[in-house]
Amino acid sequence: MSEHAYHEAHGHHGDLAPGEEESVNLGSRVLGYVIGLGLALLLTATSFFIANTDLVWQPSIPVALIVLAIAQMGVHLVFFLHITTGPDNTNNVLALAFGLLIVFLVVGGSFWIMSHLNHNMMPMDQLMQMQR
Amino acid sequence: MSVTTVEGVRAGVDPHQLHVTEHEGPASKRIVTGFGFWIFLLSDIVMFSCFFASYSVLVGQTADGPGAAELFDQRNVAIETILLLLSSFTCGMASIAADMRNAWWFQIAMAVTAVLGAGFLVLEVREFIDLVGRGDGPSRSAFLSAFFTLVGCHGMHVSAGILWLLTMMAQVVAKGFRADIQRRILCFALFWHALDIIWVAVFSVVYLMGTAA
Repeated sequence: MSEHAYHEAHGHHGDLAPGEEESVNLGSRVLGYVIGLGLALLLTATSFFIANTDLVWQPSIPVALIVLAIAQMGVHLVFFLHITTGPDNTNNVLALAFGLLIVFLVVGGSFWIMSHLNHNMMPMDQLMQMQR
Repeated sequence: MSVTTVEGVRAGVDPHQLHVTEHEGPASKRIVTGFGFWIFLLSDIVMFSCFFASYSVLVGQTADGPGAAELFDQRNVAIETILLLLSSFTCGMASIAADMRNAWWFQIAMAVTAVLGAGFLVLEVREFIDLVGRGDGPSRSAFLSAFFTLVGCHGMHVSAGILWLLTMMAQVVAKGFRADIQRRILCFALFWHALDIIWVAVFSVVYLMGTAA
């Protein structure tokens, strides 16, 4: 399919639907998925390796796992969902940014508040005695 | 397709001061549909973030029952992860085939995606049956309630995705690559890739952080 016909078929106006690629060349599209798959497999393997190794400082493992997970989500977003920083993708990126803000508030906020509550809570046996 | 209008065209106005506005016109239906579905997916991810928040708050509340380290089998999770990742790849191949209007490759890629997704579900259901059989079902502790809610909700999404996938295969046979079918394929691909993104968070937070050495 020529580039012109592709744009005609997809009603291209200088915007891209999420999941839609800029490239129309078959080889480069397949290559994009292959690169994404390779990177994702590499990051997954690293995650499983880090979780089981004794080679690194143990308290750093959860942080490393979170960083690797975020990196892999980025790989999926770019190579599979084709959410990029291109000008034709602005609306998709803005929606994603708002979604991430809410996710961060919900997860981070819950964790922060609940860990403080746990920390400040009277031990359960003392609480039981006060209720008697 | 852009229309250019010039505001304030009057005799004697300095042409350098004219305001030129570009009107692109409404976006195509494919873009509107895809964007709307993207908004839905983001709201789905926000819903999952609530389950993740409750899981991470309740992960220590085992009520003297077994914790994550005793319950989960990393080998099982690794196989599940690879199955889902490969299915995401074949789903990408299916969307390329749909754009190329190649029905044969589309059906093959979608069938492989369905088999890989079904394999993932079988492993997950087997894990759940095994846990419940050992008396560590969702009613055992707050930790297990949160675990079954989070991972089960993802599994439900995968089941719904497989039903949708089979529907798309049938619709391509019955109706061909019509514009509306193409939009549905676009939305399905978005859905399937988003499920894989959520699974990345699940295997990292639930399984690996739970069983880390």
